[in-house]
Amino acid sequence: MNEEIKTFTFSIYTENNIGLLNRISAIFQRRHINIESLTTSQSEIEGVNRFVIVVDITETQAKKIIGQFQKQVEVIRAYYHRDDETIYQESCMFKIKSDLLFDEPQIQNIIKESNARIVTVNKEFFVLEKSGRRFEIEELRQELNKFGIMQFVRSGRIAVTKEEMKVTEMLSAFNNQ
Amino acid sequence: MKTETIHTKTEATKQTERICGSEAIIKCLIAEGVDILYGYPGGAIMPVYDELYKYQDQIHHVLTRHEQGAAHAAQGYARISGRVGVAIATSGPGATNLVTGIADAQIDSTPLVCITGQVPSHLLGSDAFQETDIVGISTPVTKWNHQVTKASEIPEVIAKAFYIARSGRPGPVLIDITKDAQFGELDFSYEKCTGVRSYIPVPQTDPNTLQAAADLINDAKKPMIVWGQGVILGEAEAELKAVIEKSGVPAAWTIMGASAIPTSHPLNIGMVGMHGNYAPNVKTNDCDVLVAIGMRFDDRVTGDLNTYAKQAKVIHFEIDPAEVNKNVKADVAVLGNSKDSLAALLPLLNKNSHESWLKEFKDLYDIEFEKVIKNDIHPTKEGLTMGEVLKEINKQSKGNAAIVSDVGQHQMIACRYSEFNITKSNITSGGLGTMGFALPAAMGAKMAEPNREVVAIIGDGGYQMNIQELGTIFQQKIPVKIVVLNNEFLGMVRQWQQLFFDKRYASTEMTNPDFVTIAKGYYIDGQRVTKREELADAVKTMIDSKDSYFLEVCVEKEDNVFPMIPSGASVSDIRLS
Repeated sequence: MNEEIKTFTFSIYTENNIGLLNRISAIFQRRHINIESLTTSQSEIEGVNRFVIVVDITETQAKKIIGQFQKQVEVIRAYYHRDDETIYQESCMFKIKSDLLFDEPQIQNIIKESNARIVTVNKEFFVLEKSGRRFEIEELRQELNKFGIMQFVRSGRIAVTKEEMKVTEMLSAFNNQ
Repeated sequence: MKTETIHTKTEATKQTERICGSEAIIKCLIAEGVDILYGYPGGAIMPVYDELYKYQDQIHHVLTRHEQGAAHAAQGYARISGRVGVAIATSGPGATNLVTGIADAQIDSTPLVCITGQVPSHLLGSDAFQETDIVGISTPVTKWNHQVTKASEIPEVIAKAFYIARSGRPGPVLIDITKDAQFGELDFSYEKCTGVRSYIPVPQTDPNTLQAAADLINDAKKPMIVWGQGVILGEAEAELKAVIEKSGVPAAWTIMGASAIPTSHPLNIGMVGMHGNYAPNVKTNDCDVLVAIGMRFDDRVTGDLNTYAKQAKVIHFEIDPAEVNKNVKADVAVLGNSKDSLAALLPLLNKNSHESWLKEFKDLYDIEFEKVIKNDIHPTKEGLTMGEVLKEINKQSKGNAAIVSDVGQHQMIACRYSEFNITKSNITSGGLGTMGFALPAAMGAKMAEPNREVVAIIGDGGYQMNIQELGTIFQQKIPVKIVVLNNEFLGMVRQWQQLFFDKRYASTEMTNPDFVTIAKGYYIDGQRVTKREELADAVKTMIDSKDSYFLEVCVEKEDNVFPMIPSGASVSDIRLS
């Protein structure tokens, strides 16, 4: 019964309609499951949205939740994947005082080594952007924290899967019926 | 996000005409074959009511006395007829009062379309008078819901609503329509929806699973079927009967499946679940193959899952893939609708009989009869029992009545002792357990099928939760029969208090009014029965009545319903006393 809790990434292809986010999140809420991250965007198919949701649950729970997603009228397809089955990234931004770029020369090295990108610089502050795995972002945050961070923000996970997801086929099958 | 894009398929286009949104709503309902709808007017839905006035010769609006009554009446209408029930209400409190009925319909898979008025779109989100986020509130308890803010969206959205409500595993749909969309004009034409691209109502059946199921059934020594409401919703009664008779497999039913096969059928072995029959519960943990058809292994059916049918191979016939392996792991899952799946299964089955296995059920039935049933239906003690009332109703209605029960002890007794000859005859709130369901549901059922005898069986508690609907019954002259089994207690809660809370009867005793006088206040004839010798005549008067009739039967105050599987116990630990 004590099944291991793992990180799962749900990919949910949906119609782009008002209220669907509520319907999706209610499925987690009702089961008392905390959402680690949630991202929604246009998918590779015109007019079709893709939710990428990360949760820490058992695989049995993940399977049952997929059933609940697919049951929603406006969900086209839903999948769950383990971390090793996806390519995933997060993105983050730092707002830092510009003075530090000149006062603390190590910062320039940190930026270089971390493959972070300077988005903008002005007299007061500069903005750094970094995409990568959570641990890389966290490492950078800790490095920069020593010097003081004015603002920090991190996105939810975005992920593509190694396996093919046959959503387009499913939609064209409907159109050809 | 942008506004709704509806990817649907529709039937051929008709000519258009320029009308306003509220008239379009009525025309859509008429096009969907709606003859009756239940509701309550108010500010945000007034344009629709104005059209209902104009179209009253084509569509009959029933003014209930509370929106909850409207929702349950629409459920009763849907449950007895298989058609989509329609309820309508205004914004704010009108809409929220529908929610209990919607939640009930969701968990019991009842096709409903609920239409609510909403404040004008420019006031949305402003905390306007009678504004409530009914789309947000109803999301977890609807199969689909949608807010309409433009008149032009109305036909397509309503077409989609009816299609979704009735197709696949049915369920409730709520459409919230702003007042400006009701007043706005559109070029109206109506096309029925025949498909939604993101929605697969009926999953494909894999022929291999059918063969695997047939092999298991053919090889089984001690097979048992448990069917649920999926058989009724799928109109698969004849197919199920054929499967049972050919395979010789004893078949039990869940509360929601009751009446799909006549009670008197020799292979009908009774009800499973918490207050079900002794034999099918005990034998669930003895059978070698358990065939579940259109049922969802509710916890009131299974008791403790860790000790439920562990010895058996489980075959699950199911339309909703989310139900497969949700509670009980299926060795073979046959997806699809029950009618087609059972029809396809039939030729794969061997003609068989399981006489000695069936006798084991009969032997356990005899034990249950001695210890429970005999005392329930042929009591020797002084006080009246609920069981003997049901027995008398069966006798006088010849098993042809639709029994609409509320929630509690009387419900369990009604389901245990009703004799059903006709399908869709057991209308009750199964999944949600909504007290107050029966009176409005019975009135909806009687209006949907006026030629059927409809008898509501209600406890004194639940009756008072929607007692105001007597006003609707009176105004609409609905000849529904109302039986209140009065034990002056919230009986099922009291039973639990007695068994599990050391008889601390916290807030379960009811000091009741004179129910007969109340009925008579609504000009509904009726009587109270307190003695056994009065019962038969009183039931006869009720059944013979051409009008609505109210019968109160004062039953023993502290009777318990047995058998009983205590909450969380194993089905085979079912108690007879």
